[in-house]
Amino acid sequence: MQASATEADLREVVAFRIGSQEFCIDIRAVREIRGWTPTTILPHAPAYVIGVINLRGLVVPIINLAARLAVGAPEPDARHVVIITVVDDQLIGLLVDAVSDILTVSPSAVQPTPQVASEATQAFVRGVIMIDARMLRLLDLAGVRPSPRPAT
Amino acid sequence: MDHADIRETFFTECEDLLEALHDGLARIEYTLCIGMDAETVNTVFRAVHSIKGGAGAFKLDQLVRFAHQFETTLDALRAGRIVADPALMGLLHRSADQLSDLVQVARAGNDAACPNLLCLTHELAAAAGEDEDNGDSDAEDFGFSPLSLDLDLGGSDLTSGSNGGRYAIAFSPTRALYACGNDTSVLLRVLSDLGRMEVRLDRSRLPDFDALDWQESWLDWQIILETDEPEHQIDEIFEFVEDLCRLEVSPLPEDMTLEETEVGHAPEPPASTVAGPLKKPADEGRGSAPRATVRVDLDRVDRLINIVGELVINQAMLSQCVQDEGVPQRSPMRGRLDDFRSLAREIQASVMAIRAQAIKPLFQRMARIAREAATSAGKQVRLVTEGEGTEVDKTVIERLADPLTHMIRNAVDHGIETPELRASAGKSETGMITLSAAHRSGRVLIEVQDDGGGINRPRVLEIARSKGLVPENAVLSDEETDELLFMPGFSTASVLSDLSGRGVGMDVVRSTIESLGGRVGITSVPGHGTRFSISLPLTLAVLDGMVVDVSGQTMVIPVSTIIETLRPCPADVHGLGSGGQVVGIRGSFVPIVDCGAVFGYRDPVHTYDKSVLLLVETGRQKLCALVVDAIHDQRQVVIKGLETGYGDIPGIAAATILGDGRIALIIDPEGLVELGASPHGPGSEL
Amino acid sequence: MPLTILAIDDSRTIRELLREALVRAGFQVHLAIDGVDGLEKLDAVRPNAVITDINMPRMDGFGFIRAVRAQPEQSALPIIVLTTESAAELKSRAREAGATAWIVKPFDEAKLVSALRRVTAA
Repeated sequence: MQASATEADLREVVAFRIGSQEFCIDIRAVREIRGWTPTTILPHAPAYVIGVINLRGLVVPIINLAARLAVGAPEPDARHVVIITVVDDQLIGLLVDAVSDILTVSPSAVQPTPQVASEATQAFVRGVIMIDARMLRLLDLAGVRPSPRPAT
Repeated sequence: MDHADIRETFFTECEDLLEALHDGLARIEYTLCIGMDAETVNTVFRAVHSIKGGAGAFKLDQLVRFAHQFETTLDALRAGRIVADPALMGLLHRSADQLSDLVQVARAGNDAACPNLLCLTHELAAAAGEDEDNGDSDAEDFGFSPLSLDLDLGGSDLTSGSNGGRYAIAFSPTRALYACGNDTSVLLRVLSDLGRMEVRLDRSRLPDFDALDWQESWLDWQIILETDEPEHQIDEIFEFVEDLCRLEVSPLPEDMTLEETEVGHAPEPPASTVAGPLKKPADEGRGSAPRATVRVDLDRVDRLINIVGELVINQAMLSQCVQDEGVPQRSPMRGRLDDFRSLAREIQASVMAIRAQAIKPLFQRMARIAREAATSAGKQVRLVTEGEGTEVDKTVIERLADPLTHMIRNAVDHGIETPELRASAGKSETGMITLSAAHRSGRVLIEVQDDGGGINRPRVLEIARSKGLVPENAVLSDEETDELLFMPGFSTASVLSDLSGRGVGMDVVRSTIESLGGRVGITSVPGHGTRFSISLPLTLAVLDGMVVDVSGQTMVIPVSTIIETLRPCPADVHGLGSGGQVVGIRGSFVPIVDCGAVFGYRDPVHTYDKSVLLLVETGRQKLCALVVDAIHDQRQVVIKGLETGYGDIPGIAAATILGDGRIALIIDPEGLVELGASPHGPGSEL
Repeated sequence: MPLTILAIDDSRTIRELLREALVRAGFQVHLAIDGVDGLEKLDAVRPNAVITDINMPRMDGFGFIRAVRAQPEQSALPIIVLTTESAAELKSRAREAGATAWIVKPFDEAKLVSALRRVTAA
């Protein structure tokens, strides 16, 4: 799963599905992939924050990506997958429907996000990658994580 | 251990010495009225002396010079040449502070000049009754050493024999020479290293055996030494015995020899060193220090604490498994598991203790803050500390520094009156601030108490009204008025001095303390002073928690905040306003806060027959009844930080991991009560 | 057989400096933190010479020297006093107590060795 050192411009991405859409993130940001386990609900959390789980002693918040991206928000259950990512040194779990693939792509294959995409998608997608007939939406991880609440 | 390590040893030792110094000075001051304890003065002297000694080894000249003058003054005090009056004590305190600064400067490696240094040095000299400049004795004491100077100068100083020559040496030891552990044979051997030597023993004074006093020195030596070394090399060999013998060294013409010689083996002295039995090379007692301590990188301790935390959680999970598997109560496995649990707890407690430190260094810093604040405010203040041996988690101590500094400055600036005012009120002109620490039921209680004028409540009210913090016509109790000091926006800039008014208000003090899981309260008596009380958890890593159920969510409430649990009769619960409810407890009414509703887990309930009420005390010394659905357990939990990425969650202090591996949130009753009392009602943040 | 030196000083820094210098000069070194500790270690260590500080808690250097000299079997033990002062008064007090020699701080290895050579069979 290591990107080839000789072809530095190639990188590996983890591709996953939410509903009917396919997304991907840089594999270097992925710490592990695990099944869904019940979370502890955080009071007054944004709707897309499902809660926190215990990851070997660490408290990791889980984001329901479907809710975050406004592409329908199913109730999480054991059929869901959690991708544990590291964003700016913080662990965040992403609840997705399924991990579909690990792919090697060239950065030049990343195209600008088409304008037709919804506002939410525009905000969280850095671009799209065409592989065969599939369109992978490259997720902007930093944008996905919960934003600090404005001071009250 | 290489030199850099020893340098580090020096600076760590300096920390201890400075602590002893500050301590000692405080004790001298404290016992002024009952006379000075000689040993205390000695300890103080020794601390400065040791700093000087070490500093000399590392050529920290600035430090050496100042320490020397400081020591000289202390020596005068020790010898009773000067008296420890308040003026001198002030000077000594300032000098101790200066010494701390110099050590810091030296440790940082820059030799930056300290502005007050010269001034203070002169003050010290004047106090010791010296002439201002005693630079000469400085140079003599540590600018050079006689020995190395001699070596350095080689033969340039003495007349004859700068290139060596022949010397006749007459050497007659006294009895005292031997009594001091000197040995003629050693001296003669060292002398023989200088060149070719002829020795003649003169035993003419030796009496008959019957008359022999064996302790007396009877033997003399005549020596002819032919050497290339200068004559002062010979003197140097006899340096330590010059007052214990008759010694004549005279240059000889080339051809003169001794008429009669007994050359060869050096004679046995009357009392020779008897070599003891061969000793085995025992360990060298490396680093043997007054207190046996190990200095450990804090990261390592924290890693250990984390791992032990995991161990405790793991143990809880294991117990849960055993429970779930239906292992019978009488099974030996249960017993072993209980042992495991108590061992894990014991390890945890021991590891936590590593992080605990005496609060003393922090208090000593406060003593300095108080002095500086008093000087700049033109007031006379004495800071008395109590319970400085109280041990508190290192992180708590570190984070307590700022709020405590602010409170001490506050006490000096606003608490203590000017000397004139105090005198006219019939008080001692010197104000007293008492800083105390104590362990109180699993928490640390820190109090700052002054004997000043107390809170000027009319003035506080006036300010609060002018800032719009309270309505114009509000009638506040004394306690409520005092609480205004903690309100954000209660900036008393118009009355703050430059010291305490550094943009920090008591509101910041309170929020800092609360972020540590602590509470701060205030009591004040007009004319008699004000007391701030801070209550803190012993450690930030574990807490005793009440494990409760809130609408299906398992949560933890710090036991320290819980006063009692209640199951109220419906008749005790009364409605108040729209949706508000209170419960009557022993004649007073306590507001009810429904955890489930406030956290948005469910709609508010209005009957509590299926609930448990926890009577908690929040920081403002107000009571509140928290509604939970059930109480599961009471246990020690490991505190885990809660990084959500979107900031703090109101009403939640942290998280912990339970036996089943699930995360439970730790409730912050203070925040919860605020949330419940917020005018927008619970859940409005959604 | 290297000579064994017992070095007594209440300052950790000075102790370490003494150890460093003496070990480099080929001595075997034992350390003690004050006069009392020094006395306690004397029997076990049986040093060829002692280097001691003067101003120490519990028992100072003078007290230590007197206590040593009071023991007949130790009356000839070379004891070198370590002092920051070169004051004549201090020397005479050390002498009176029974010190064999003295070294003025700050010391270096050459100074230590030189003094030790003049009082021991090093």
